[in-house]
Amino acid sequence: MIPIRLIPMTGGQAAVEALRQINPAVFAAYPITPQTPIIEGFAKLVASGKVTTEFLPVESEHSAMSAVIGAAVMGVRAMTATSSQGLMLMSEILSVASGLRLPILMNVAARAISAPINIHCDHSDVMNVAGVGWLQFFSENPQEVYDLNFIALKVAESINTPAMVIQDGFVTSHSLELLETLPDDKISKFVGNYTSKINPLDFNEPKTIGPLVLPDYFMEVKKAQINDFDLALEAFRLESEAYFKISGRMIKTIEEFHTEGSESAIVCLGSTAGTIKHYIKNEPEKGYSLIKIVSYRPFDYSGLAKLLKKYQKVIVLERAPTYGATGFLTQEVYAALRLLKEQKDVKTYVYGLGGANFGLSDVSEILNDS
Amino acid sequence: MTIQESIKNGATISPGGNSKDNKTGSWRQGQRPKWNKEKCLNCGVCFHFCPEEAIIFKDGKMVGIDYTYCKGCGICAHECPRKAIEMVKED
Repeated sequence: MIPIRLIPMTGGQAAVEALRQINPAVFAAYPITPQTPIIEGFAKLVASGKVTTEFLPVESEHSAMSAVIGAAVMGVRAMTATSSQGLMLMSEILSVASGLRLPILMNVAARAISAPINIHCDHSDVMNVAGVGWLQFFSENPQEVYDLNFIALKVAESINTPAMVIQDGFVTSHSLELLETLPDDKISKFVGNYTSKINPLDFNEPKTIGPLVLPDYFMEVKKAQINDFDLALEAFRLESEAYFKISGRMIKTIEEFHTEGSESAIVCLGSTAGTIKHYIKNEPEKGYSLIKIVSYRPFDYSGLAKLLKKYQKVIVLERAPTYGATGFLTQEVYAALRLLKEQKDVKTYVYGLGGANFGLSDVSEILNDS
Repeated sequence: MTIQESIKNGATISPGGNSKDNKTGSWRQGQRPKWNKEKCLNCGVCFHFCPEEAIIFKDGKMVGIDYTYCKGCGICAHECPRKAIEMVKED
């Protein structure tokens, strides 16, 4: 029997601990608001020599992602972290990272975007960059932040595509919870050494990275990127299984928390899943089940369709506003339901914008209304 | 690298330095810079401002304009302190 080491950590600290164990070659970040505690914690590790990472404090998130791309192009592990307006400013460069096929890892504390100025949790920032070719994994709590960092890194490297590990701003990033970390040697064996497929410094074969590609080849390059992205779900399953073997914790692309005989499912992302689980445990007789989406990009449509089959009613919780359109997560639920060719009663509730509190009484208010 | 490898790797291509293959001289829209050697002081202002490196300098002296890459933007003519470059109609 191996003793389990439970330590209290915030989501931010959990990400820092994972990054310490990964020990990336380069970490570039903008060190002022809207930052997360992640870079503060990681900078301390660099300063105290606990990692061998080159830390680049840059003048903006646009520069942070540019610097990380520059490093990743040279074939090393390069990472950053950001939040809210930082992710918005970075967004132009995000598609460069994915288009150049660089497996960059980024921790994001999901927070509202201006205006009005806010800083608290919702999913507006990450939803607005869901279409730039990055993997997006949502974590429920600090434990999942820690675990998903390793899985995301391995998935990203296996398909040459960058990944975001998303945690809820403040709710997860600043809240202490007990979690189990793994010994350094197990993690370093799991993540292994990274070698990029292309050697950019091969003097016998110099290369041009990021050339102009006109209509003759542009679609071919994009198609290859889409095809590789389609491999991500399978890669996630493989890496997650490998991680299960060392951790005993299984993370699926979609997690179901089923109540016997239940006919209604609540679909949500991130920390809210914890609140809903608590509600369901307290009131099992109400007959609700939870479906938590972990992998938002890629979205596991057939996986969700299979789980939704047994429910009559689907309640979708959205933590981001949409204007004149169906909610982000609701669109995906509809797309999944289309595979079933069955009518279901779908209801959407927008909640918790800009850090608006979402507790058990709010859950029961929603369920009474639905 | 083969074309298939390039397509799989975000359009990375070999060899390097291939922007030379893109002969931007064809972008000119009816005007080209004309250099007057007599007025020129070889100060190099046009060389530093040219976005295409189409001003040819040899041993510290201007020797001409590279029309293979000159886009005809007219920045050199605008910047020249001696008005030694003027924009003229393309032949």
